[in-house]
Amino acid sequence: MPQHDRRIHSHPILSPAGRKQITFTWQGNKLTGLDGEPISAALYANNIKVFGHHVKDHAPQGLFCANGQCSQCMVFADGKPVKACIHPIRQGMRVDPVDGLPGLPPGTGTLDFTSIPEKQVPVLIIGGGPSGLSAAMELAKLGIKSLLVDDKSALGGKLVLQTHRFFGSKQTVYAGTRGIDIAENLSIQVSKEPLIEVWSNSTALAVFSDKKIGILKDEKEYYLVEPECLLIACGAREKFITFPGNTLPGIMGAGAFQTLLNRDQVKPATRVFIVGGGNVGLIAGYHAIQAGIEVAGLAEALPECSGYRVHMDKLVRLGVPVFTSHTILSAYGKDSVEKVVIAALGSDGKPVSGTEKTFSVDGVLIAVGLEPIDELFLKAKEYGMKVEIAGDAEEIAEASAAIYSGKLKAHEVAALLGMHTDVNQEELTRTLNILKAKPGIVQPEAATEIHNGVMPVIHCRQEIPCDPCVHLCPKGFFYIEKDDIRTIPVYKGDSHLCIGCERCVAGCPGLAITMVDYRKHPEKPRVSIAVELERTLLEKAGTVNVTDIDGNTLTSAVIQEIHQVARLDHTFIVEVEVDPEIATKVAGIQIQAEQDFETGAEIFDLSNEDTIICRCERVTVGEIRALIRSGARDFNEIKTITRAGAGSCGGKTCRSLILRLFREEGIPQSEISLTVHRPLFKEVELGVFAGLHLNAAEQKDNHD
Amino acid sequence: MTETFDVILIGAGSIGLPAAVMLSQAGLKVLVLDQFASPGQGSNKKAIGGIRATHSDKAKITLGNRSIELFAGWKDMTGDEIEWYRGGYSFVAYHEKDASSLQTLVKEQQGLGLNIVWLDKRQLLEKVPDLNSVNLLGGTFSPDDGSASPLLMAASCYKQAIKHGCVFHFRENVTGLIIKSSKIEGVVTSTNEYHAPIVINAAGAWAGSVAEMAGINIPVVPDSHEAAITEPVARFFDPMIVDIHPDENSSNCYFYQHWTGQIFFCITPSPNIWGFNTSETSQFLPLASRRIIQLMPRLKNIRVRRTWRGLYPMTPDGSPILGTSRECSGFIQAAGMCGQGFMLGPAMGEMITRMVLDELTPMDHEILDILSPYREFSGHEKLK
Repeated sequence: MPQHDRRIHSHPILSPAGRKQITFTWQGNKLTGLDGEPISAALYANNIKVFGHHVKDHAPQGLFCANGQCSQCMVFADGKPVKACIHPIRQGMRVDPVDGLPGLPPGTGTLDFTSIPEKQVPVLIIGGGPSGLSAAMELAKLGIKSLLVDDKSALGGKLVLQTHRFFGSKQTVYAGTRGIDIAENLSIQVSKEPLIEVWSNSTALAVFSDKKIGILKDEKEYYLVEPECLLIACGAREKFITFPGNTLPGIMGAGAFQTLLNRDQVKPATRVFIVGGGNVGLIAGYHAIQAGIEVAGLAEALPECSGYRVHMDKLVRLGVPVFTSHTILSAYGKDSVEKVVIAALGSDGKPVSGTEKTFSVDGVLIAVGLEPIDELFLKAKEYGMKVEIAGDAEEIAEASAAIYSGKLKAHEVAALLGMHTDVNQEELTRTLNILKAKPGIVQPEAATEIHNGVMPVIHCRQEIPCDPCVHLCPKGFFYIEKDDIRTIPVYKGDSHLCIGCERCVAGCPGLAITMVDYRKHPEKPRVSIAVELERTLLEKAGTVNVTDIDGNTLTSAVIQEIHQVARLDHTFIVEVEVDPEIATKVAGIQIQAEQDFETGAEIFDLSNEDTIICRCERVTVGEIRALIRSGARDFNEIKTITRAGAGSCGGKTCRSLILRLFREEGIPQSEISLTVHRPLFKEVELGVFAGLHLNAAEQKDNHD
Repeated sequence: MTETFDVILIGAGSIGLPAAVMLSQAGLKVLVLDQFASPGQGSNKKAIGGIRATHSDKAKITLGNRSIELFAGWKDMTGDEIEWYRGGYSFVAYHEKDASSLQTLVKEQQGLGLNIVWLDKRQLLEKVPDLNSVNLLGGTFSPDDGSASPLLMAASCYKQAIKHGCVFHFRENVTGLIIKSSKIEGVVTSTNEYHAPIVINAAGAWAGSVAEMAGINIPVVPDSHEAAITEPVARFFDPMIVDIHPDENSSNCYFYQHWTGQIFFCITPSPNIWGFNTSETSQFLPLASRRIIQLMPRLKNIRVRRTWRGLYPMTPDGSPILGTSRECSGFIQAAGMCGQGFMLGPAMGEMITRMVLDELTPMDHEILDILSPYREFSGHEKLK
C-alpha cells in the first residue's frame, strides 16, 4: 500500500463503492483514483489537501464545503477551472492547482441556444433529505403529485452520511435503523411512487418574483418550474468559528468531513481533533474511529456536551478525551493543518493562560452548530407564493424529527392546495415536539444488582426520544412510557426470566446496554459488549481494557468470544469475563491508546485581529471590527467596503460570524441592517442559462 | 431644537455623495439625509461601474470627460482604492444600420471633444480578440473611458465628506420641505426639522416625490434593469462592450471585466419595466446570457455569481436634470440621471458646488441650459 494512501479499504458498516481504478495526473505526477469520484476525493485519497492558492494573499486553498457552494476547492481539470468537490475525475485527466485567478477557457464549439424549458407542478419540494422525502410520500398518499429536487446524486440528505443507528420512535420514524438504511428505504419508496418525480443532482438556484423557481437540473440544464405550492426542505448549514489558522486546508465542517469519509470513503485525516460537543461533532468522531482515524480529542465550550449523552459515552468509552469548558485557540501548519491548540475557558468565558494543550493532528473538524437554510423560503414568502417549510430548514432538530415534520407539513401543503385532510394535527404536533425535544438532564446511573442468571444492564442515563429496546426484547421486558418515549427505559424482567438473546445489546442505537451472564462461571460473570468497529481490531483471546460508562478503565480482560446477533447487522458482541463487583459497571471497550498532547504556554492574541472571517474574499476580523467600531451598522456597508459576503459562497459562512462579531461589540440586533439575499444559490455557468449544453460528455455520474 | 446648515442634500447616492465631499471641502456646513441605512444603498450599489464620456451631447460629454479625470485621480487625491480601470468603451456593430449610425455619431462626438475612433473588424478584433467575429462590422473605441467600483466610490466619498465635517443622517425620510415666500428654508423628516438656505434634491429614483413636496413637477420616473456579476477570472479583455442593437426583448446589452476580474453584465428590457420594483425576475438570465454569449462566446463558461435589479431614474429625453427651481429659490434639482448617476456623479458634484458658491463658468451655463428642468424634453439621447 503506498505511503500516502488515504482510501478506506475496509469499513465496519460501508462496503466499497465498486468503481474502476483510473490514473490521472496532479501537477504532472501520475496518481490513481476511482472513475467518477469527485476530484477532491481522488486528491485526498493521495493525501493532497492543498488545491491552490488565493489570489489576494496566496493562502493555501482546499476542500471546505464539499457541496459545490464555495470555490475554495477550485482546480484545473484538463485546463478548465472546476470545483473539485463536484467535478468527477476521469481516466487520464490532467488536474492542476489554481494559483490566483484562473484563466477562462476559450469559447470553442457552436452556439446552439435552446429555449429554457418551463414546467408546472402542483407541489415542488426542494430538498430530498428526511423531511422532503417523507413529505413527498405523505403527499402521494393524499393523491398529490410532487416534483422533488435534490442537489446530491443520492437521495436522503445528510442521512446518507450517517452510518449509525438512529434514535427516535421505532413506530413512526425508523428508530434503531442506520441513517444510510433509512435513506435507502425512503428513496426506494419514493422512486416506486408514481406521483413523485425526482430530480437528483439538481439545485434550486433562485425563487423569482414571477413565482418561478430556477433549477439547475442534473448539473447541466436550466429549468423554470412554476409550482402551485412550494415546500422548502433544504435542511441546515453548518456554522463556523474564527480562530487564527481557521482556513488551513484540513480544517472543515462535519458535513465535508463525513462526505469524504462516508460517501467517498476517503480519510480526511489520520488524526483529527473535533471542536464542538453537539450530536454532530460526537457522531462525526464516532464515524472517524469506525474508519480507522485516531480522534485526538474533542473540545466543547460549554461545561457539558450538548449532544446526546449516549453519543458522548460511546466516544469516551472508545478512548476519546473530551475537554469540556475548552475552546480552540489556534491552528498551525505550513500548507495544511499540523497542530491545534486548545485552552480551558475561565468563568469569564475567556481562555485561561497556562491551560493550553497542543495536539499534533492533520485534520480539525468543526461542529459548532447548525443554522436553517431558509433563504428560498423567505423569498417565496416575500413574493406571495404558497409556501411551507419543513425539517431543519424550519428548526434545527434530529433527523427523526425532520421525517415527522415533513409528514406534518405535507398536510399543510394539502390545505394550501385547498384539500381537507383527515388528520389529527394536534396529535402529530405533540409527537413532533417530543422528537424535537432537547435532551434531558443526566441522571446518575441506576445500580443494577445481578448475582446469578443472566440479565441486561442499561447504561442509559439521559431522557432522549428513543425506544428501539422496547421492540428488540422478544419477551417484552423493556418498558418506556408509551406516551412519552423520552423516559429512560426500565428492565422489568429479572435474571431468570431473561433468555440472554443479546438482541437489546446489539440493537441499542447508543450501544448503551450490556448483558451480565453468571450461568457459566458464578465467580467470573461474562459481560457482553456491543462493538461497531472493524472486526479485525479485536480478536478472541486478546486482551482489552474495559471501561465504565465514563470511559474510566476498570480492568483488563481477555476476550472470550466474538459473535453476531441475527438480523442486527454490522454489530458484534464481545464477551469478556470480569470480577462480579465490576460486572454491571462494564460499559465498553477502550480502542484508542491514550491520546498525547503538549502543554505549555501559548502567546495568544484573543483579538483575532488577523483571523479570517470571510474565507472567500479573505477578510479579517480586524477589518470588520474596525468598521463596526467606526459606526457601521449596515451589513451592506460592511460588504461594500470589505467584500465580506460578496464572494463565491454568498455569505453562507461569514454572515453568522459577522453577526456574532456585532454581538461581541455589544451592538443590539435592532440597530443592524441585514443584507438582502440575491440569487443565485450557487454559481452556474452563463451558458446554462442560454440553454447551451455545456460539457455534455463530462457531466457527473458519480454516486449513482 | 432645529439645526441649521449651509446646504442640505437629500440622498446619499451617486450624486449626493460626491456633492457632499466637494461642498464640505469648500467649507460649507452640509447635512446629507438618506432613507437607507448607509451610503449608496439606493441605486448606487446597483450600478455596474461603467464610466464613460462616450455620450452624444455636449453637456454629458463635457461632464463625462471631467468625471473620468476625477475618477482617474481619485486614489491619488484621497488614498482610497476605488478599483478604477481605464479599459475603454466599445460600441460594437453587427448590423449595417448600427455601423452607419455609430460612424456618423463618432464624427459628432469627435467634434464635441471626445477621444473616440471607429475601428474596423480587424482592428476591433485585435483589441478584443474574443468578440464573435461572425458578422462583425466594426465598432467605436473610446480609450479614455473605464470603470470603477460604485460601492467603493460611495464608501470613499462618505469617508472623505465626514473628514471635511459633513453630517450624515441615515434611515431618515424627508417628509416635507420648509418654504417661505417661494424660498426654501429647510426640510422636515420623519424625526426632525433642519434649516438651510439651499436644499438639493439628489434623491435619484425618488426625486419626483421630493420635488412634489414643493409643488414642483419634475419628469423623473424610474424603470428597472437587471444585472449580474460572475466569478473572477484572469483578465482577458479591456473595454466595456455595448451592443445597441434592439432585439425582441431587450433594447441593448453591455458587459465588461471589472478590476477584480469579474464580469458585470446588464440588458435594457424592451419594453421598459416602469416602477420601483427591484425584485429579481426569471426572464433576465435567459435573455441576457444569450445576447452576451452571442457577442463573446468565450463567456459561456464563466460562472454567474449574483443577480440583482436596479432603478434607472429616467427623464423623457434621456438626459439628466440639473438646475435651480424657478418656483422655489434655493431648491436645486440634481436628478433623473437615467442610469448614469455613478459615472456623472463626481463632475455633477463639482458643478453643484459651483452653483451653490455662485462660481459658474460660461461652459457651466451652457451645460445648465442643456440640462435645465425647464427644457422641452423633446430631444433624444442617442446613447442612453
